[in-house]
Amino acid sequence: MPQSMVRGGSSMGKVIEINGPLVTIEQPNIRNGEQVRIGTLGLIGEVISLHKNSALVQVYESTEGLQPGETVEGLQHPLSVELGPGLLGEIFDGVQRPLQKIMELSGEQIARGLSVSSLDREKLWHFIPTEKLVVGETLHGGELLGTVQETKTIQHRILVPPNQQGEIIEHAPEGDYTIEAVLVHLRDAEGEIQELKMYHQWPVRTPRPYRARTQSEQPLITGQRILDTFFPLLKGGKAAVPGPFGAGKTMVQQQIARWTNADIVLYVGCGERGNELVDILETFPQLTDPHSGRSLMERTFLVANTSNMPVVAREASIYVGVTMAEYYRDQGYDVVMVADSTSRWAEALREVAGRLGQMPVEEGYPAYLASRLAAFYERAGSIHTLSGDSGSVTLIGAVSPPGGDFSEPVTSHTKEIIRTFWALSKPLADARHYPAVSWIESFSDYEAQAKLWWAEEVDPAWSERRKQALSLLTQSDELERIVNLVGPEALSSKQRWVLESANLIKEGLLQQSALDEVDSYCAPQKQFALLDLMIHFYQQGERLIDLGAPVEQLTQLPENGKIRRLKSTIGNEQLDQLQAFSQQLWKKLEQIQAEYASTGEPQP
Amino acid sequence: MKQLEYRHVTAARGSLLFLKGGTDAALGERVSIRDKDGTLRNGQVIRSSEQMVLVQVFESTDHLDIENTWVRYLGEPFELALSPDMLGRVFNGIGQPRDNRPPIISNIVRNVNGAPVNPAARAYPREFIQTGISTIDGLNSLVRGQKLPVFSASGLPHNRLAAQIVRQAKLPDDASNFVIVFAAMGVSYSDTQFFQSEFESSGVLRNVVMFTNLANDPTMERLILPRTALTAAEYLAYELDHHVLVVITDMTNYAEALREVATEKGDVPSRKGYPGYLYSDLAEIYERAGRVQNRHGSITLIPILSMPSDDITHPIPDLTGYITEGQIVLSRELHSKSIYPPVNVPPSLSRLMKDGIGRDFTRSDHPHLSSQLYASYTRALEARNLASIIGAEELSQRDQRFLKFADAFESRFIQQGEDEERSIIETLDLAWELLSLLPPEELSRVTEEEIQKYHSWEGGL
Repeated sequence: MPQSMVRGGSSMGKVIEINGPLVTIEQPNIRNGEQVRIGTLGLIGEVISLHKNSALVQVYESTEGLQPGETVEGLQHPLSVELGPGLLGEIFDGVQRPLQKIMELSGEQIARGLSVSSLDREKLWHFIPTEKLVVGETLHGGELLGTVQETKTIQHRILVPPNQQGEIIEHAPEGDYTIEAVLVHLRDAEGEIQELKMYHQWPVRTPRPYRARTQSEQPLITGQRILDTFFPLLKGGKAAVPGPFGAGKTMVQQQIARWTNADIVLYVGCGERGNELVDILETFPQLTDPHSGRSLMERTFLVANTSNMPVVAREASIYVGVTMAEYYRDQGYDVVMVADSTSRWAEALREVAGRLGQMPVEEGYPAYLASRLAAFYERAGSIHTLSGDSGSVTLIGAVSPPGGDFSEPVTSHTKEIIRTFWALSKPLADARHYPAVSWIESFSDYEAQAKLWWAEEVDPAWSERRKQALSLLTQSDELERIVNLVGPEALSSKQRWVLESANLIKEGLLQQSALDEVDSYCAPQKQFALLDLMIHFYQQGERLIDLGAPVEQLTQLPENGKIRRLKSTIGNEQLDQLQAFSQQLWKKLEQIQAEYASTGEPQP
Repeated sequence: MKQLEYRHVTAARGSLLFLKGGTDAALGERVSIRDKDGTLRNGQVIRSSEQMVLVQVFESTDHLDIENTWVRYLGEPFELALSPDMLGRVFNGIGQPRDNRPPIISNIVRNVNGAPVNPAARAYPREFIQTGISTIDGLNSLVRGQKLPVFSASGLPHNRLAAQIVRQAKLPDDASNFVIVFAAMGVSYSDTQFFQSEFESSGVLRNVVMFTNLANDPTMERLILPRTALTAAEYLAYELDHHVLVVITDMTNYAEALREVATEKGDVPSRKGYPGYLYSDLAEIYERAGRVQNRHGSITLIPILSMPSDDITHPIPDLTGYITEGQIVLSRELHSKSIYPPVNVPPSLSRLMKDGIGRDFTRSDHPHLSSQLYASYTRALEARNLASIIGAEELSQRDQRFLKFADAFESRFIQQGEDEERSIIETLDLAWELLSLLPPEELSRVTEEEIQKYHSWEGGL
């Protein structure tokens, strides 16, 4: 906690050695984890180990031009983030510096040693105190002081910092304030006066406290059929999206960020392309959130440490992100944090470990890779906040396995930790089957909980239909292997119908175009209606084949092409049209059935 | 510039020179090393402490001795002098002339390492570039400011393809030409000669800046060459408002030089002996492509790399693919069928295509059409696989059609002349013509209206 780090008098030290992003300094009284400011450029770094007379610092900025002998100043607090109104809609770098502000200061390239506060100090926010804000009352950590309308959709709840409490001796009335204004004076147990503002700081490597963990029950709806229907994730859950390059990880992550039914979305671009973040910054303000009907940017914010930005800040960016996510969780919101990509974060760990001369274990990664990954994902969860609300943080991490090999350390360790695994497949992506989520390698441990929600909100048959579809897909994969060995002639009519029906599911249900206006977001009701239609069509067809109808008669029905296009021809609100279409199809099939039941040779 | 010269070498190994500390050498500082014959070498401080300074020498430490070596710290990082006069010139990796003409003298000097571009300052690239090559324009469209590498292998015509792109690249409705920055690392004399004569014969030589490091030039210089070239590109794009096309060949040689130095320094190796920071290092180069807000120019980057033993999962193509915005993969199989350009369609990809094509840029059916071509061609390749097992005669009528489509697609769409420039409309029309070999019910990626408008199924086989 920031307060506990405070120590009398700042001390100056000096640089002894520079080795890439690692700098050895000589400085008395420095603490492990403390932030330092180095040299005339004022580069910011973090102490990562201490020796008798020296300390090792990892520097968040390029150390080019740094000389031995330059001065070092200890800042007396660990890496912390500012938490308060003004985060939403912003884009921060890996150590929470606002990139738009930096652009105003230093142009299109990021200058070094800039000192910019994360939150806007000038902006006025309209603060409405809660009724409980009464002189003489006692406030505890995590309790509500009042609210500020941060964006049109999100009300920011100003909380007492978790580590502070005391008796209210004075408070500000409703009105417009900057975040620096003191809203409440508290007298704590020692009789000291504490000032509470609209924002507070929190060290990123310390998880924020909560009252209790709860069992998550609500599925996270993303509007992506293969994710929601086949491999569901819960609010407060943890998921990974591994895939080789070009398999569409980024598109999947962006689609989730766009359409998820969470309250707040945080997108952490960790060691990835700069243009991908620009894409979000340019398109999100124009997109509408299907749940609130407002601009998506009002609930979204970004952390960007692109691949060409200093590697040490990349390591920090994940923690900076998850701490901000926890902060909104503590206000009682459901937060989704998408991290693209955790492999780059692991590589940053590896780079620093390598320079420290730590013993590499697997592929050069340090031995603590697995425990760091697990500790990070453990910060996901749905909880009761200190003030009794409920909130959640859902973590979704992309993984970029070298050569697409899922047995490499980062993927295999991640797989042990997460509970929903959306594996992307290169062959699917090569055939432009998007999202290229493999139905063979993916899994979800949350089906049992998701089933209850679907049964209640959509249709009790959901779980059954899902199983039938998965089984069709598995059967068809086996049959395809046979076809590839001996040709399609070896298959029976029924088997060929399985292949056809599985293809129908692949093209008409699993494939989903992120670029198509209608198809990009598919509501749960439509997801189920399409699934139900296809399974029903398969079953009816199977019966007709039993009656002796040739497969060709079924595959040549013009409805086949139409079913494949239903996803983009029928909107989420037009399910009655889908109903009408199915009715017609069933009528047609009944006619065929009548034909065969009377004239055809019924099979035993 | 500091005038002091030190004689304080303590050890020399490979390209590394170990010096006594106490000189306050700055990280990244440029040093000049004079040997016993008075010859000067170039180096850079890569580690500095009070006790010891480590310098990487571009020309290697061969023939240096401990006693008679003098080192001067130049008090500045590696910088490149910039001026419009660079156009039409040839330089080495550190910006010294290679064409027997005087060096560039200018007030404008820039650190070749640049500084990371603020993601918030970038502008999203979305202007379609027509290269006249169907497999690129139709299926993997290039946009201005994109980084799109060519994954090739030994013996494949990547140089010819790159030269054709350079010759033909233009915006459909914009007369302004590209300025070209050409960077060659560890390539043969004949390869650079090929490009030079290509530039000459197409009359663009006056618009080209070349940075070359031949196979027998100092290896270490390859580490700084792409940075030098991109510094020049940034100057041309953002200060002189040019649209710059940067061709870098061969990134594999770059990565190997990096591995060589990393091994000498004793860095922990990750895959295949490459250092763990290969990804970040490559990203520093590739991410310098792009567009920035309020600047007229742009940097489009086409790195060429050869996949060692044709292996796309090798760390160099693999990490490149994770950074760049797609890739054009060349295929040995198509090449041996004498198909030029031998673009291997399924693994090729352009990530920025979605925003650079369609109604406002090319034609409204383009996005669906390209998706359909991918789907049909992959399906056709499956049919061909099957045919190789059970024989083409045994295929169903449906598979026979796909087989025919595969052949036509390769010989007419992929294959084109080295000087054949197809407009995007020609490419799209050709695609519909080929898709007309398949019945409409096989086309699920295009809309019914598009089928009615462009598809002409006449039945048949």
